[in-house]
Amino acid sequence: MGASPSLSAREIRNLADSTSFSSEQIEILHRRFLHLTDGKTTMSRNSFDNVPDLDTNPIKSRIVNAFFDGRNLGLRSKERVDEITFENFLTTLSFFQHVEDTHPKEDLEFCKVEKLKFLFRMYDTNGDGKITLEELREIVDELLSKKTTTDLTSSSIADAAMLEAANICMGQTETDEQYDGITFTDFLQIMRDLKIESKMHVRFLQMDTTAMCTQ
Amino acid sequence: MTMGGGSPRITGKPCRTSLRVYFILLACFPNVFMPAAAAASGNSTTFSNPETVSSGQHQDSNHYYGSTTSASQDERLSVFSLNYYHVQVPFEITLWIVLASLAKVGFHLFHKLSTYVPESCLLIIIGLLVGGIIFGAEVRSPPVMSTDVFFLYLLPPIILDAGYFMPGRLFFENIGTILWYAVIGTIWNIAGISLSLYGICQIQVFQLSDITLLQILVFGSLISAVDPVAVLAVFEEIHVNEQLHILVFGESLLNDAVTVALYHSFKELCQMRTIIAVDIFAAIAQFFVVSIGGVVVGIIYGFVAAFTTRFTQNVRIIEPLFVFLFSYLSYLTAEMFHMSGIMALIACSMSMKRYVEENISMKSSTTIKYFMKMWSSVSETLIFIFLGVSTVTEKHEWNWAFVCFTLLFCLLWRALGVLVLTWIINKFRKLLVTRKDQFIIAYGGLRGAICFSLVFLLPSHVFPRKNLFITATIVIIFFTVFIQGMTIRPLVAFLEVKKSNQQRPTVGEEIHIRLFDHVLAGVVDVCGQWSHHNLRDKARKFDRSYLAKLLIRGKEPKNSIVALYKKLELKHAIEMAESGELSKVSSSASLLGKIPKEVQNISSDELKNMKEILAKSLYRIRQRAPSYNRHSLPRETAENQVKEILIRRHGSLRDSMRSTTRARKSGAVKSRPFPQSQSARIPSRAPKRNTAFTVGEDINSETESLQLRNLSQSIIGSGSRQSPNRMEWTNEVKAEDSRSNSGRDEGGRRQALMPRVRFSQPESQDCESGRNRQGFVEIAPADQIEEDTHEEDHEIDDPLLRKPK
Repeated sequence: MGASPSLSAREIRNLADSTSFSSEQIEILHRRFLHLTDGKTTMSRNSFDNVPDLDTNPIKSRIVNAFFDGRNLGLRSKERVDEITFENFLTTLSFFQHVEDTHPKEDLEFCKVEKLKFLFRMYDTNGDGKITLEELREIVDELLSKKTTTDLTSSSIADAAMLEAANICMGQTETDEQYDGITFTDFLQIMRDLKIESKMHVRFLQMDTTAMCTQ
Repeated sequence: MTMGGGSPRITGKPCRTSLRVYFILLACFPNVFMPAAAAASGNSTTFSNPETVSSGQHQDSNHYYGSTTSASQDERLSVFSLNYYHVQVPFEITLWIVLASLAKVGFHLFHKLSTYVPESCLLIIIGLLVGGIIFGAEVRSPPVMSTDVFFLYLLPPIILDAGYFMPGRLFFENIGTILWYAVIGTIWNIAGISLSLYGICQIQVFQLSDITLLQILVFGSLISAVDPVAVLAVFEEIHVNEQLHILVFGESLLNDAVTVALYHSFKELCQMRTIIAVDIFAAIAQFFVVSIGGVVVGIIYGFVAAFTTRFTQNVRIIEPLFVFLFSYLSYLTAEMFHMSGIMALIACSMSMKRYVEENISMKSSTTIKYFMKMWSSVSETLIFIFLGVSTVTEKHEWNWAFVCFTLLFCLLWRALGVLVLTWIINKFRKLLVTRKDQFIIAYGGLRGAICFSLVFLLPSHVFPRKNLFITATIVIIFFTVFIQGMTIRPLVAFLEVKKSNQQRPTVGEEIHIRLFDHVLAGVVDVCGQWSHHNLRDKARKFDRSYLAKLLIRGKEPKNSIVALYKKLELKHAIEMAESGELSKVSSSASLLGKIPKEVQNISSDELKNMKEILAKSLYRIRQRAPSYNRHSLPRETAENQVKEILIRRHGSLRDSMRSTTRARKSGAVKSRPFPQSQSARIPSRAPKRNTAFTVGEDINSETESLQLRNLSQSIIGSGSRQSPNRMEWTNEVKAEDSRSNSGRDEGGRRQALMPRVRFSQPESQDCESGRNRQGFVEIAPADQIEEDTHEEDHEIDDPLLRKPK
């Protein structure tokens, strides 16, 4: 793992306060961070090549981009950054924390919206706030393995999906409007029944199992 | 299974009296006929329990009209003779099934009753009536459902149906909890009930002290198991949310392993004179063998079945048979080895389903679905009726203490068990099992026919108090099915348990779910931590790379998104065809399946299928629509044509979405018939340069957007021969780009987007590309369509290329 500049206790405490991870989790994640970056303090895109299982993931590039997306990191702009620090890493991962039911309702609602925003940004690559047909087609292309389908099928599937979305979201509006894309509110409406945000959590371990598991 | 029936309400006096007459006839029907027929020949019925005293009175009467009596005289030829003996067995079986089915029909006619009382209760009552009549009329015990009949013939269809249509994803997401409840919960129940009952038996007053601990353990092991049949019967009507449903139902299925293992072990132990420590270990080991062995057997048979269907493309007609046969074989094999037949059947059907559905034709798939539902429905009805009939027997022994305490302990231990177990398992779950859920789980622990049959299976010489057990079992079953079954629906409403929202699956949702899966898996990989997502991903990968290649015919396995999409399309097509509307798109499904570039041979079966669909609808073919000859697809138009069809599809998809979300405005949303007049062509306006035909507005060429346009501005309005109900959809095919537009009817109504003929652009354009854009694909088989009522305008030999003239 190389020389690992470990975090001071104060840094850990700060991070714990800002991202609501526990200290043990932060330490474990920091170790993982260092493993991926080969000891450097910032992570670039090719650090993600160190994760072998990610190569088989069809949407690998989107996931990687999500880590570098300015909007996820709380920046104003929607541009991509090239290097992320450990704090940025944690910020992105904090979208996948489990929110206990004991929190007040507004917090729960806020977290849910934030998680869905994260997902929305995955779809909306150009950041214009809408998932357009072209973007949807790209997604479907990626999700389907290339061998089995042609571009035709994937684009028609994307069309169908867009139609459904249009139907759900535009059902009550005028006939005359142009449906450009799925906005975030539409997205919320579509996702309402799926309850994806309740499944969107990773069990961040308290103990370090990286030694036991093979990478 | 209860099938929702939209049956007309019966009101009015004459109808009610006719119903009453109907029911009375129903009850008398088998009873009157059978003794009469049985008197003509003398045999005991097949259903009698071998232990019941067979009707000795019939033994010696042996009247055959045709039999020779004495050798001295010749018998004259009899003009009319009766030989009931010859057909007795199948005849009586069929009579019972007819009775069951008529009862079911009766309930659904009598709507009001079935809303308050679950069907299972009504069936038991009918069984009681019939049993009572038989008992009263003949003064002998009515035929009792023999355990063989139950376990070998009546139970498998229900379990098969349950396993085949089990929501796989939900099941495996909750598998830990389900197994926890099924295994640990059942063991908890058995231990609790048995030990407390044993304590009760020790009290001298109740006259129960001759029952040994082992006997109590056997009784406990059979009474503790939640019954899948009863659970299914009741829960199907109350529609709780899917998670709760899968928990209760999965538990009822999987606890069979524990039940079978412990029941057999204890029964064997009862018969042994001495018990040594090895036996205890053997009992524990037997549990693992029973459960894991059952699953392994099931999976093996499932894969064999999947593999077999890979080669059945030429004998499609027997494809459903393989599904049923192999499932049944897996059940029988498991039973042969004393393993859990239920688990084998579940494993078999779940593992088989994914691959078989890919290999078999649509018709076979429909056949399988219908037959399964039919058989399981009949089975369930028969089981409950027999339960009622078998209750009326002389073999009861009533003991207040035993029965009451059994009932009390069953309820008490179940409630306690669910509470404690949930408290523990909630520490490991993210989606907690709430208090309401816990209550429903505890309350939904119904006992049913399985424990009934098991109690009949007890050997009398080992269990001197067997009748007592029978009585207690029957009381428990009746209580749970009647009281709990009847009250669970109002309780669900009262507690406001979350109900399931039965919505149509949509392609969009599937996309979102898949994307989400990948996101989660990716993030988990990045974090480097193991989670159950890894397991699921690995399973999926394994499945895709090895299993699917082996078990699925065809080049590659289908993606779930694509599969869902095609399924929706096909369903739509069939719906549209059935409703008599335009069915051109129906063949799009078959088109979809075949990548246009490759012209594959269509099996005659599917061709016939298509023909039927087409024949059913009296659509008016647009004359200029090129008739599509699927056997000779010109390559250049293939892509566009398919696209056209798909876009048509989308229109109907939109329709259905609209109708389900009730966002419909006025106007029928179903497909529109095509204009009849052959010359109804849309004059092409001055459209954008590269487009064949625009529906009026400007097309925003930058963004890909679906434009919902009001067709009042469309050029259609200008078409004089336009039928007012047309809907438009144009597909603009640019050279490299393709977009889809949707149009509206001129009446401003939202309508299904039906494709229309796209005309080639003004001749100034490149004719090739113009023809390429003609998309109006008329799916017709190569030979003429029968209903050629429309004027034929097909001068053009190449069916795909038509030029508007």
